[in-house]
Parts: sequence; C-alpha cells; structure tokens
Amino acid sequence: MTAVRCIDLCKTYRQGDQDIKALDHVSLEINAGSFLCLSAPSGGGKTTLLNAIGGLDAPDSGEVWIAGRRIDHLKKSELAQLRLMQIGFVFQAYNLIPVLTARENVEFVMQVQGLSAAERVRRSSAILDEVGLSGLENRRPAEMSGGQQQRVAVARAIVSHPALVLADEPTANLDSRSSDELLRVFVELNRKYDTTFVIATHDQRVMGYARRVIKMLDGRIVDDIEQHAD
Amino acid sequence: MRLLRIVATLAWRNLWRNRRRTLIMVAAVSVGVWAMIFMNALMRGMVDDMVRSGIESLPGHVQVHRLGFRDDPSINNLLPLNDAELAAKLDAAGLVAWSSRINVPAVITSERESRGVTLYGIDPERERKITFVPNSIVAGRFLEGVSDKGIVIGRRLLDALETDLGKRVVVMSQDPDNEIADRGFRIVGVFEAKLESYEETMVFAGKSTVQRMLHVADRVTEVAIMSDDYRFVEQTVQTVRDKLGADVEVLPWTELNTYLASMLTVMDGFALVWTIVIFLALSFGLVNTLVMAVFERVREIGLMLALGMRPFGILAQVVIESLLLLLMGLALGTLLAWLSILPLQSGIDVSAVADGMEMFGSSSVLYPKLTMADVVLANVVVLGLGFIASLSPAWRASRYQPIEAITKV
Ligand SMILES: Nc1ncnc2c1ncn2[C@@H]1O[C@H](COP(=O)(O)OP(=O)(O)OP(=O)(O)O)[C@@H](O)[C@H]1O
Ligand SMILES: [Mg+2]
Repeated sequence: MTAVRCIDLCKTYRQGDQDIKALDHVSLEINAGSFLCLSAPSGGGKTTLLNAIGGLDAPDSGEVWIAGRRIDHLKKSELAQLRLMQIGFVFQAYNLIPVLTARENVEFVMQVQGLSAAERVRRSSAILDEVGLSGLENRRPAEMSGGQQQRVAVARAIVSHPALVLADEPTANLDSRSSDELLRVFVELNRKYDTTFVIATHDQRVMGYARRVIKMLDGRIVDDIEQHAD
Repeated sequence: MRLLRIVATLAWRNLWRNRRRTLIMVAAVSVGVWAMIFMNALMRGMVDDMVRSGIESLPGHVQVHRLGFRDDPSINNLLPLNDAELAAKLDAAGLVAWSSRINVPAVITSERESRGVTLYGIDPERERKITFVPNSIVAGRFLEGVSDKGIVIGRRLLDALETDLGKRVVVMSQDPDNEIADRGFRIVGVFEAKLESYEETMVFAGKSTVQRMLHVADRVTEVAIMSDDYRFVEQTVQTVRDKLGADVEVLPWTELNTYLASMLTVMDGFALVWTIVIFLALSFGLVNTLVMAVFERVREIGLMLALGMRPFGILAQVVIESLLLLLMGLALGTLLAWLSILPLQSGIDVSAVADGMEMFGSSSVLYPKLTMADVVLANVVVLGLGFIASLSPAWRASRYQPIEAITKV
C-alpha cells in the first residue's frame, strides 16, 4: 500500500526579481507504515514538501496522492476533511491555540471530529502521560516552555491515531532526553497502528530512528537511503 | 453539536483575551440599549398621556351617533333611539362603562360678554368613568344629577365672560323646529383642562335639564363607551354595532380623532427608527472590534483551518463571539433601563424645559412607560442586526489561508 505518492512536484516562489525553486521536480513514493525522515539544510524545501503532501498548499505542477486518492485539486472543504480525519500535523512555527489549555489543545482535533468527551479525556490523558506532560494538563501555551509546547503539539498530532503523521522539526526545542522519549512514542505508534511518519528534520538523532532517509537540496531529492533503525 | 461546544468555548475565551476592549464594547452596547429603551419609554409615556387625555376629554373609546351627526353636529341629528331604548340594549352588552349625552352648539352670555361653545347635557354619575371633568373641578362642584340646574364651565371661559362662580349665565341654542331655545343657568363649578381650548369651549349641564330646554324629550345625540384598553377597542365596537343595528354610526376613537390615532403609529415608527439609529452607531464599534480581534488572530485561525476545522467553524466562532458580547450588553442595558425607569414611574416634571408641550395635548409631567414591546424591539434589533453586522468580519476570517498562518515565523 502506498500512503503518499508525489509525482513531479514543482513549486516556485518569487522573491524580488529572483525565482526560488522550493520544489524542483520532486517525485516520491512512501509506503504505508513507513518511518521516514526528510533531511535538508535550511531552505531545502522540507516544509514546502510537507505542506504539499498535507494539502495545505497546492504545488504549481505535479500530482499528490494520499492513500490512493489524488488531492492536489480537491476543494477546500474536502481538503479540510482529509486533514482532519487522516493526517496528524506538527507544524514548524505555530502549533497551539493560545486560549486553550494543554489538554484542550490535544483534544481539539478529536473534538472537531466529534468524539465523545469520555473518549477524548481517556485518550488525551494517556497521551499527555506518554509525552511526559501529566500535571500540566490545565496550563495554557503561554505558561509552558517551548519544549513543553512542542510536546503538546506532538500529542495532538498522534492522539487521534491518524494514518499519516507529518511532523516538521518536532524535536527542535527539545533536549536529547525529551526528544528520545518522543521518538520512542512515534516508533511505538508506528509499530502498533502502522502509522506512516514523515518527519522533516536536520536533527541527526531523529535520522537514527528512521528506516528511510530522504535528503533534499534546493528543492530536489538528492539521496534516498533505506536503513535499519536501531 | 460538539463542534458548537468547542466553537463557543473558543468564542467566550477569546472575548476575554482583550478584557479592556471587550468591557468597553459591552459598556457601549449597554449604554446604547439603555438609550434605546429609555428614550422609547419616555416617548411612549408621552404619547400614552396624549392619547389618554385625548380620550378623557370626551370621546371615550367608542362613540355612537346618528349617521351624519359628525358632518352636522346639531340638534337635527338626534340618535334614533331614546334613553330608555339605549339603556335596555347597552346595559345588557357587558360594557366597562357607557354614557349618553346631548351636545349642541350654543352661545353662552354673561352680563358682559358672550361666547360660542358646545353645550353638553350629561349624566354626571355615568360620566365619572369616562371624562376628566369631574376630577378637574377647581372651584365649586361638579353636577349632581341629570336634573341639576347648574352649569359647569372652564376657567378660561369664566375669565372671558368676566363673570364668576355663583353668577348666572344664559345659554342659547335652537330646538328641532329651528326655534330659539334658551335658559338661564347658575355657574356651580369651574374646571381646568390640559388643553386651553377645552376650557374655552366646553360647558356642562344636567342631561334632563338640557333635554327640556331643547324640547327633545328623552333623546340624545351621542353615546360614549369605554373598553378595557384603548389599544384594543375593536371588540367593543363590534359588540355595540351588533346591539344597536345599522342606522347608527359606531366608531372607535381612532377614527374619531385620527390625529391622535396617528400618534400611536408614529410612535411605533419612531421607536423603530430610534432603535436602529442607535444600533448603527454601535455597529461601527462592533464591527471594528471584530475586525481587530480577527486580525490579531490570523495565525491561530489559520492553525485551526490547517488542522481540519471547516471555514464555517471559524465563521461561527466570530459570530458567536459577537453575539455573546451583544448579549452581555443587552442584559446590562435592559437592566439599566429598567432600574432608571422604575423610580421615574411617578412622573418627571418637565414643565421647566417644556413650556410648549401642552400645545400637543401632553402634560408637563412625563410618565416614562416601559413596555415589553420596546424591550423586545431593542433586543431583537441588536441581536438581529448585530448578527448581520458580524457576518462580514466573520466571513473574512473564515477565508484565511492556513498556509499563511503556519509557515510565517
Ligand atoms: N511563502 C514563501 N514566499 C517566498 N519564498 C518562500 C516561501 N516559503 C518558502 N520559501 C522559500 O522556499 C524555499 C524552501 O523553503 P522551505 O520552508 O520549504 O525550506 P525548509 O527546508 O523547510 O527550511 P527550514 O529548515 O528553514 O524550515 C526557501 O528558499 C524559502 O525561502
Ligand atoms: Mg521548514
């Protein structure tokens, strides 16, 4: 089963009088259950690619398929539904709703999905515990450190057991112990539910957990390595 | 339903993020709502007073005449039914109050002056429930029965005739054979009225006395009838029509005094316009507040969209936030209006600032009248138009691009 298929994606940004090719003929196939790491120096095109896969930004040309369905031409509302039900997101820059507590942020997606309160509490408690945030459930984002916020975002991305998790620098603000803990949660989820993980990072430790590492440079895939995770 | 819960939670919390701004807006809405209700209550009180005194100064709620009397209010247009026949029919109709009268144009003459007036031959007991005159006697007494030989006239007429209480006057009119009919009366009472013209032109005497003077036996020209509420007289009109048949004219006060009746319609129109004008003033603040609030939240709105919330969820959030704000303002404003009108129920004396008011048939004491209709009007207008006004910023928010929000650092 193919979880994600990208065919010949191109995306060009204009900056001043200069064209920047953020995606330059990217073709890629990701099997369901993959644990994949997207590695590139800053500006390499990781976020742009994740946004295209997640239906957040349409490529200039090329096709994006998720679970056998072409998505790059879907309507806004169809894309919203797809993201809600099938994809868990950890964004690079901005993740949490400031007026909601940690628990409420984690429950947000489930609530929009329409899960019952009991089910939400059960799952959010478990996941907050797993990412090491028990006791902080009722804090708002402004009352948490960057690393704690990041873990809330990760918890939200995986709590509803989506088929695909797109995580953009999920360990950026974490010390090595916390990021190890987080990655172990990812791995366990990947094993247990066959969740597909696509993680953009330039963190070497993250790459250690991945079974496949794709290296990008200036919007092009320059390397694609299968490896055995530890 | 679950979506609505999270959306409402977000709306409520967002409202308190900028506490100062929200409180200022709530205060503005409260003051606006207070102004809507208070002003309308004042105006209603004024109009109500006008209508009441208009009705009290004789017409009653419903009147019965011979067809043609209103074009030629003279002795030639007596009602086809006599007193006994009227009593037989009207007493059985279950009316709040009724009274028959004979009224004709007449000339009143003192030893010095004479004036044209309308002479009313009335039943004093029955009139007590209908007109203001029995309660407006400032000197002497009111009439004491249908055969009272005295006459009651207005203060201004008394002055114009250069005569006094206890003196005699002569009243002259015509009988049905166009012969002069006259009679001397002693002035037994003097009344004052809100309208100067009433004091100058109305004179009252016992009904039987006047009937004898005019040689009309037991006939009358007019019946005045009261119902429970001046706003709902149709039922009474119908009852009386059924009882008295088709050869008399039965009319509600709204048709007898169309000017007065139009005041009610004008008042309703005024209330609506005033309410909307205030709202329009408020709506600038409201829309501005929402636009600002939404603008400050570009990122989180984008985030929610990115996570899969539909644009409708965002729209609902902003609209609910706006409605919550308005609801708080409405509750406070309505309370304020109620609290400020309550102690004024006994009347506000505006004679100092409103010298000309009496010209319009309104007294110089205002009785603000808080009506459910005006409270509902204010609430409906604010919520209804507020909903519409918040749609535009809400719509804009729901059109945000998720990508903008989550990639900008
Ligand atoms: N909205 C935009 N407007 C203009 N240029 C953009 C925009 N978004 C991205 N770019 C450019 O596209 C290129 C790829 O950007 P992208 O964000 O995908 O890189 P990245 O690999 O995620 O980098 P980082 O590690 O810093 O997050 C960069 O050169 C960037 O400057
Ligand atoms: Mg990036």
